[in-house]
This record gives sequence, C-alpha cells and structure tokens, in this order.
Amino acid sequence: MDIAVNTSQSKYHVNKKGYYGDFGGAYIPEMLYPNVEELKEQYMQIISDPAFQQEFEQLLKDYVGRPSPLYFAKRLSEKYKAKIYLKREDLNHTGAHKVNNTIGQILLAKRLGKKRIIAETGAGQHGVATATVCALMGLECVVYMGSVDIQRQAPNVARMRMLGATVVPATSGSKTLKDATNEAIRDWINNPVDTHYIIGSVVGPHPYPDMVARFQSVISEEIRQQLVEKTGKPDPDYVIACVGGGSNAAGAFFHFTDAEKVKLVAVEAAGQGVNSGFSAATSQLGRPGIIHASKTLLMQTDDGQIVEPHSISAGLDYPGVGPMHANLYTTGRALFLNATDDESLAAGYELSLLEGIIPALESAHALAKLKDLSLKPEDVVVVCLSGRGDKDLETYIKHLK
Amino acid sequence: MNRIDQLFQNKPKDILNVYCTAGYPSLNDTVTIVEALEQSGADMVELGMPFSDPLADGPVIQESSTRAIKNGMRISVLFEQLKGLRDKVSLPIILMGYMNPVMQFGVENFLRKCAETGVDGLILPDLPMDEYESEYKGLFEKYGLHNIFLVTPETSEARIRKIDGVSNGFVYAVSSSSTTGKNKEMGDQEVYFQRLKAMNLRNPILIGFGIRDNKTFREACRHSNGAIIGSAFVKAIENSANLQATVKEFVAGIKTNMNR
Ligand SMILES: Cc1ncc(COP(=O)(O)O)c(C=O)c1O
Repeated sequence: MDIAVNTSQSKYHVNKKGYYGDFGGAYIPEMLYPNVEELKEQYMQIISDPAFQQEFEQLLKDYVGRPSPLYFAKRLSEKYKAKIYLKREDLNHTGAHKVNNTIGQILLAKRLGKKRIIAETGAGQHGVATATVCALMGLECVVYMGSVDIQRQAPNVARMRMLGATVVPATSGSKTLKDATNEAIRDWINNPVDTHYIIGSVVGPHPYPDMVARFQSVISEEIRQQLVEKTGKPDPDYVIACVGGGSNAAGAFFHFTDAEKVKLVAVEAAGQGVNSGFSAATSQLGRPGIIHASKTLLMQTDDGQIVEPHSISAGLDYPGVGPMHANLYTTGRALFLNATDDESLAAGYELSLLEGIIPALESAHALAKLKDLSLKPEDVVVVCLSGRGDKDLETYIKHLK
Repeated sequence: MNRIDQLFQNKPKDILNVYCTAGYPSLNDTVTIVEALEQSGADMVELGMPFSDPLADGPVIQESSTRAIKNGMRISVLFEQLKGLRDKVSLPIILMGYMNPVMQFGVENFLRKCAETGVDGLILPDLPMDEYESEYKGLFEKYGLHNIFLVTPETSEARIRKIDGVSNGFVYAVSSSSTTGKNKEMGDQEVYFQRLKAMNLRNPILIGFGIRDNKTFREACRHSNGAIIGSAFVKAIENSANLQATVKEFVAGIKTNMNR
C-alpha cells in the first residue's frame, strides 16, 4: 500500500500556488500565517518521508483495520441491475473514513512538535476520530461542535468524552458545522505555537484540502487494487460518494481523476429540496466566494453573507464545498447530484434490509442516487460507504413511522 | 494627501483610533457615532462592515456584526449612509471587513465607492499580501486608498519588513496572538513592542486588540504612535440611550492623564 505522495500529479490536483483552477488559496488573517506557512512548507516533505509513510501504513493496517473490504453487494446489484461494490469505510475503527485523515495528521502534528490538538466536527465522526488518535498519542484534544449537532449526535459526544477529549459547543450562527469550524479557527488564532488544527475535510486554507485528500487517497488506491482482483480491471464505470466538505469523495476520486472514462458522481445533501430554502446542495445554490479561508463555491446571500444550510445529516450540513470539488464541478469532470432527506432515509433503510448494513445518513445520500443513474447491467459501480449508521439510529427511528 | 498620512504628520503620537461596527447598535447610528467620535477627540475611525463569519473576531464584535446584519446593514447601505459625511467630519475613515462581501460587491466597484464617499483606507484581514500585490495594489492606488496590514507577535522580522514595504498609512500591530476582545495582559508584549519600535519601520504603528481603557491605551502609546480600541467601545455603546453622551464619556475616559 502506498499513500501516493510523490507520484500523483493530475490537472485536477492542487497546483504549486495552492489552487484547483480558480479555487483554493489561503485567505487567512495574519494571525494564522506562521502556522499555515509552516504546514505549507513542510507537509509534502514530511509525508513523503519513508519513515512517516511506514508509520502511517502500519497504523492504518493494525489500528484502523485497512484495507477496508470492497464488498460486492449482490442483492443491491440485483435491485439496481448493475455490479455494485461498496467500499466499506464503515468498517474502519471509529466507523468512518475520517480516521484515515486523523492518523495522518496526528503523525504530522507530532513531527511538527505540537502538544495540543483542536478539531471541528459535524456528525461527530471526525471529532471521534480525532479524539481517538489523540488518546493513542497522548495529546490534549479539544473538539468544537455546533450545539445543534451536540443534540442530534449524542452518542458521538459521549464517545469523544470517554476518549478524553473536551467537547466545546459552538453557539454562534447556525450552531452547526460551519460555526464549529469558525470556533476551531479562532482557537488556533489564540494558540498559535503549540496547537495543530486537524481539519476534518478537504476544506480550509491551502495546504489542508490537498493534505487531507492525500491522506484519504488510500480509499481509491485500494479500490483500484481490489477491482483488479475482482473484475480484472482497476477502473470502474462509476464512483459515487457523498459530499459535505468532500473528503471521502476526494479520497474515492483521487486516483481516478485522470481516467476520464470513470464517471465520478458527487452527491450533495438537498435537505428538504434544492429550492426549499432548507438545503445544503452547494454546487446548485452556491457562487464563488471565500469560506474558511478558501476560495470556493458557497451558499450566500447576494451581499455575501454565508447562508445557513440544512441537511438531516450533520456531516453534510455545510454551506461550502472543498475547492477541489468546486473545480471538478465547474470543469464538468464530476457529475454533481443531490439527495433529499427523505430519499436518503429510504436508501438507508433499503441497504439495511437488502444487505444487512446500516449506513451513516451521509453515506445514504450516495446510495440514494443509484436509482437515478440509468445503470447498465455490465456497469461496475463503486459506492463509497463512508460510515456506519449507529450514530444516526435515533434519527432513523424517529422517521420510521 | 491621504487624510491618514496628514494625521500622522500633524500628530505623530497618542493617536486614538476607534472601531465600531457599521449599523450598530441601530442601523442609522453609523453617522451619529462617527460625528460624536470626532467631536469627542478621537483621531481616526474604523468602521466594520459586518460579516456572518468573522474569523478574526471574538464574541463582542461577532455579536455586533450579527445584530448589524439583522438591522439591515450591508455594503451598499453603508455607502448610502456615508454620502455627505465628508461635509460633516474630517477625521480619517477606514473600512474594515472580510473579503467575501467585498468580492460579491465587486472589488473595483467597492474601491471606487470608497473613494467617492471619502473613505481613506481599508483593513481586509483575510486578503493575502501576495494577492493584494498581484491583483489589487494598482486599483488601491488608482483610487487613492491605503491598505493596512496586520502584524502579530509571531510575525517574523523579514515578513514585518515586507509588510511594511507593501503597507500605506500605518502598520496594525496586533497586541497578542488572539482574536479581538481578548484581554491578555499587556506586560507580556513589551519585548515584541520594543522589537517593532527598534525596526524603525517606514510606516507609523498603531497597536490594537485588547486595548480597552486608559491604562492599556497609555501603555500602547508608550510603544507606538497610538492605539485602536474596538470591543470595549462596542460594548460601551451597546445599550446606550444617548449615543453622543456615551461616546463623549468613553473617549474622555480613554484620554485622561495623557501626558503631552
Ligand atoms: C460517515 C460520513 N460520511 C461523510 C461525511 C462528510 O464529510 P466529507 O464530505 O468530508 O466526506 C461525514 C462527516 O461527518 C461522515 O461522518
């Protein structure tokens, strides 16, 4: 296994200036400059170091349980009349893809000599994955979480606390992921020397989007190898992933961006409907602007105030999208679809009954689009099952009636 | 000559620059406050253009921004309010804000409006210096506007020199590594202030963040050309029944015992 740090350069990956096409960059206040500059100067060198790579791979294997299976979903395939494979990120330790990134970043933080870790979280998956690696390495951990999300993802709050993290409610704005991210950035401004900020998605100032994408790229690295074993070819016809900030999609797409005949499908949260006023479908509702120090597409009013998004799934409840995805969208390289709250709940129930797998509500958004893709029987389709649904049981049960 | 340069020429020390969020506490208070500040003896005013997600700001300025947006403040409204203000006040006016609303307004359009309404300078904390130099510096000069950059205790000497070279008006020295409104003790920053002073920058220096009363103002003035007060002023006017009186009292309180 190789995390693809040296080799991969694609026109869809970040350029030398930190941009994907027109998107990306680092729109940071001066207070963050030394930290971000330090990362920018050092991240490639650190993650290219063979000793780093070895430690990263070892932990992914023995601690996270990688490679995650690529599972041929027989009954789901029969239903949608195609060859559907599920990339089982839900089977990772801590239950989602998020841990691939936190393992990478905690090793990086240690090499930078940082003593304290901060993170934001929406669904709580990234918070749990961060609290986990902090426990593993014995570092102090503070997780910012919107007070609305603290309510709807209670099991993950309890897990973070059990893992020794301090969970700080973000009470400004919409009290969800966007605001938790603001609070984490403010913490970093106030603690510029000893603290590393583990961002949970491919968002934020350069180099975060690229760094997180590289740690997550293990997903598509494995998919290629596993598809060769199962189908004789490394490339599928479709890769489908849900997009909040876009880290599981970035990881699932990473090694396929240049294989133009692989259709990349990004699924955003439509909430109650794209035009309902309660949505998080950024590519459809957003315009170029700056959110969390990155130039990208974001949902905003005509005078540039960031709009409060809505999704039943806390992990997709974000008014922006990573700059890599903004570029994949505007160049047409990826197809951007969206799934409503109701479609996603239905897809979650369907996978549970057909395959015995309860998916995270985020991942259920990706599954919900299988019906809309006019698949052919010979099509090889990989769905990134980014996480498991334990954390969402209450929401699922509430909507069962 | 730009009013900011004129001010420093006439008064090289003890400059008092007061920040308030435009459209706060009520939408139409902006002009009243600027006038009251000038009459009370403030030297410069910094008007915040409220943003929904002000990353560099602490709770006080965040809340004032939320309230100002609710009141209906937006950049186009602010320019309407500033029309005619130059007939009434002569102190330098700086607009402070985040890049996204400025981008949506259109950067050149924004700068032109600034020049038309008599704004003298801008503080856009999330505009990177490189991008300013490559994309916008020419436009700022075309409209006679100063762009003011921040330096912090963590900024390297080489970068401070570079920032000083690109800045006009003054260099904004953030007193401690923090968001606005944090009251860290000033004593700890002595070394940093001395270091800045010893660098003999081409621009004057104003110290901001955490300046809140007569003591901290005097302390800042000892090390620089003056100071910027934000959160403390925003808090002071929050529930004011008589803005003129509150502003006057606030400024007088800050400026007592200045040994000149
Ligand atoms: C299971 C799962 N999938 C997806 C996401 C969305 O994040 P991203 O778009 O970065 O993959 C989250 C975020 O919390 C998540 O927990």
